[in-house]
Amino acid sequence: MKKLRRTMLFVPANNPNMIMNAPVFKPDCIIFDLEDAISLKEKDSARDLLVEALKTFEYCNCEIFARVNPLYTPFGKDDVRELVKAGLRNVRLPMSETDEDIKNLDVLLTEIEKDLGIDRGTVKILGAIETAKGVINAEKIAVASSRMLGISFGAEDFTRTIGSERSREGEELFVARCKIVLAAAAAGIDAIDTVYADIEDEEGFEREAQSARKLGFAGKSVIHPRQIGVVHSIFTPSKEEVYRALRVISAIQEAEAKGLGVIALDGKMIDGPIVDKAERIVTLAKGAGLL
Amino acid sequence: MSNMIKNAINREIPKYIEGIGELKAFGGAFAYNPEGKKAATKIPKTFTGKNKIIENIKTSLELCGIKNGMTISFHHHFRNGDYLVNMVVEEIDKMGIRDITLAASSLQSIHAPLIDYIKKGVITGIQTSGIRGKLGEVVSREKILDKPIIIRSHGGRPRAIESGETKIDIAFIAAPAADAYGNVNGVEGPTACGAMGYAMTDAEYADKVVVVTDYLVPYPACPISITQTLVDYVVVVDEIGNPKGIVSDATRITKNPMELLIAQKASEAIITSGLIREGFSFQAGSGGASLGVAHFLRQKMRQEGITGSFAAGGITGYLVDMLEEGLFKSLLDVQCFDLKAIESIKNNPNHMEMSASFYANPHNKGCVANQLDIMVLSATEIDLDFNVNVITGSNGIVMGASGGHSDTAAGSKLSIVVAPLLRGRLPIVVDEATNVITPGETIDAVITERGIAVNPKRKDLLDLFKDAKLGVMSIYDLKEIAEKLVGKPRKIETTDEIVGLIEYRDGTIIDTIRRAK
Repeated sequence: MKKLRRTMLFVPANNPNMIMNAPVFKPDCIIFDLEDAISLKEKDSARDLLVEALKTFEYCNCEIFARVNPLYTPFGKDDVRELVKAGLRNVRLPMSETDEDIKNLDVLLTEIEKDLGIDRGTVKILGAIETAKGVINAEKIAVASSRMLGISFGAEDFTRTIGSERSREGEELFVARCKIVLAAAAAGIDAIDTVYADIEDEEGFEREAQSARKLGFAGKSVIHPRQIGVVHSIFTPSKEEVYRALRVISAIQEAEAKGLGVIALDGKMIDGPIVDKAERIVTLAKGAGLL
Repeated sequence: MSNMIKNAINREIPKYIEGIGELKAFGGAFAYNPEGKKAATKIPKTFTGKNKIIENIKTSLELCGIKNGMTISFHHHFRNGDYLVNMVVEEIDKMGIRDITLAASSLQSIHAPLIDYIKKGVITGIQTSGIRGKLGEVVSREKILDKPIIIRSHGGRPRAIESGETKIDIAFIAAPAADAYGNVNGVEGPTACGAMGYAMTDAEYADKVVVVTDYLVPYPACPISITQTLVDYVVVVDEIGNPKGIVSDATRITKNPMELLIAQKASEAIITSGLIREGFSFQAGSGGASLGVAHFLRQKMRQEGITGSFAAGGITGYLVDMLEEGLFKSLLDVQCFDLKAIESIKNNPNHMEMSASFYANPHNKGCVANQLDIMVLSATEIDLDFNVNVITGSNGIVMGASGGHSDTAAGSKLSIVVAPLLRGRLPIVVDEATNVITPGETIDAVITERGIAVNPKRKDLLDLFKDAKLGVMSIYDLKEIAEKLVGKPRKIETTDEIVGLIEYRDGTIIDTIRRAK
């Protein structure tokens, strides 16, 4: 079944308390951050702490990511190497601007997997698009490696690269968000929306999360546990949606059992995208505990 | 023959302590039957036409006949802004008086200067609900007092005073506002603290009562909390406290996500218990998660149009909001936590002041704690029998207070403890609590972020919580989860010396505090 990635909770990798406690807030994914949240002098110690945490704690129901430092920094490659060795299986690559950035990481991962004796392709990549150049190249980034499980949007840096300010309404993000959703959808991977930095502005956050769902994002990055519940409730399908999705799926199963090629429900054809949508809704409903 | 005996929760306690006397072992939360008659004060004779103002604290001590070996009492409504305890003890020292027992309703960090007076022999005994700061550390680590301190609950203290176990010779009452004839109110003046609940029993039962204020008002000091009929002298000083240490502007709901998560789980459990119905009553401790529970219950009450009969205890502005919104019909208030609560108790007749005895004394004819449906409590440790510690920290040092913990746990229909399973790298659920304030038989459930444990004696609750899929597990499971994450804490090293006696609310001894190494 497809994995739920409604929320990706950023946790600074130098915070032992949050490293241990983040799962109790039940985000779908946790992103341990070695990049922006960690000052230069703490890069090594935060990495060491995270390595120990990955070896020690069980994060049963959360998918674990690490936002490593960009590979062109003195820390990036060591981050990837040490963390994969400790068990990390998902890397969020910041500042993904071209397919080359992804390919470089792919090569590094292949090398590490070989050294560790694990299957090639085990470690997946989430490419974080945070610049105008990255947005323009989103389509290529999304298909740059078979390891891609998604692309995410980082609005804070993006607005700086286009010479704008981040607004409450978010008009300056609209095109980029759409482009990222389209690129991800075309590649068959997840699009993850940007963080909303003002944790006190619950109304603004909720509005942005609602628009993320409407635009087609699979989920949203969050920076505070209080934001998780809001996103999950927004990404929870309505009872009617769930009911329809279940009917679509049972019609498919019935048709397959009967060996029928063309499937109809209530006089309408059911095609691939409808089935995909139904499956997505059922996944969301299960994640929300509705099924 | 050994002086030690095991009580009903298997704690070793002494039968006798020099300077204190015979001790009764805790036999169960409702086992003890009091006998005898209540204490009374001397019959006073007063003269007409005189006011009660005298020039200073020293003169008041002289007029009260201060002498070696006496017991003096104080309330803690000024919390960490209290100047009076230190002022009075300094005067007593200057007068060369020694061997004083300090019966305070609680002691704070600001009272650290007492350490020197203890070392000089001015103070030789302490009875209190709790001690914070340096004084707590020194009392726990150093044998500076020959006899152990006595820790009492907020209900246990008026019980001890009314029964005569604690005979107060002189009660000093820090008064935010007073008139020249001794009437006191808590709602006016620079040190306004609101309710004066903890001082009331002292005023009634002490042989001599001295009111100390920095805000003298014209007679009568309405609305009167402590009346002229009980007060001997009034002393006016420049400052009796620091308003900044007394109250905050308004107590806000926590933004700590862990506390909110626990509060949310606790409110789900409370709702599942079925007790949130028309006319229910509620109290929560002052911790972040406890107040958070009120926040979530408020939403439920609004949605379903439920009105509670009363909320009790220490009152915050948040509960005042609920009163004003019509979600509770009344507030019963022993101490105010913020300016909003003070304003409310001053102006709203449905916000009623109560004495500590009215609040929680098990040996009067019915205290408010006995009328509680729901009590939300905190904990620093809870053991596998659900016994709760709120007095000593993980290092064995006295750092908290007994408060109304054991009183409300015993009195309420549903008592739940809310606590994070881990504080830093310390598990809250432990094999054996460092100390016990509240016996497990009066605790119904523990709510943590990682799961809920129900006391096996509450099978009814257990079934309800399981049916509602609230994440119920045994307390052993909780301990295992905690230890898996942070390991098993090493046992605190203590000596055999007893530095504190923890009285259960009924006056029996539930535990001893051993000297920390």
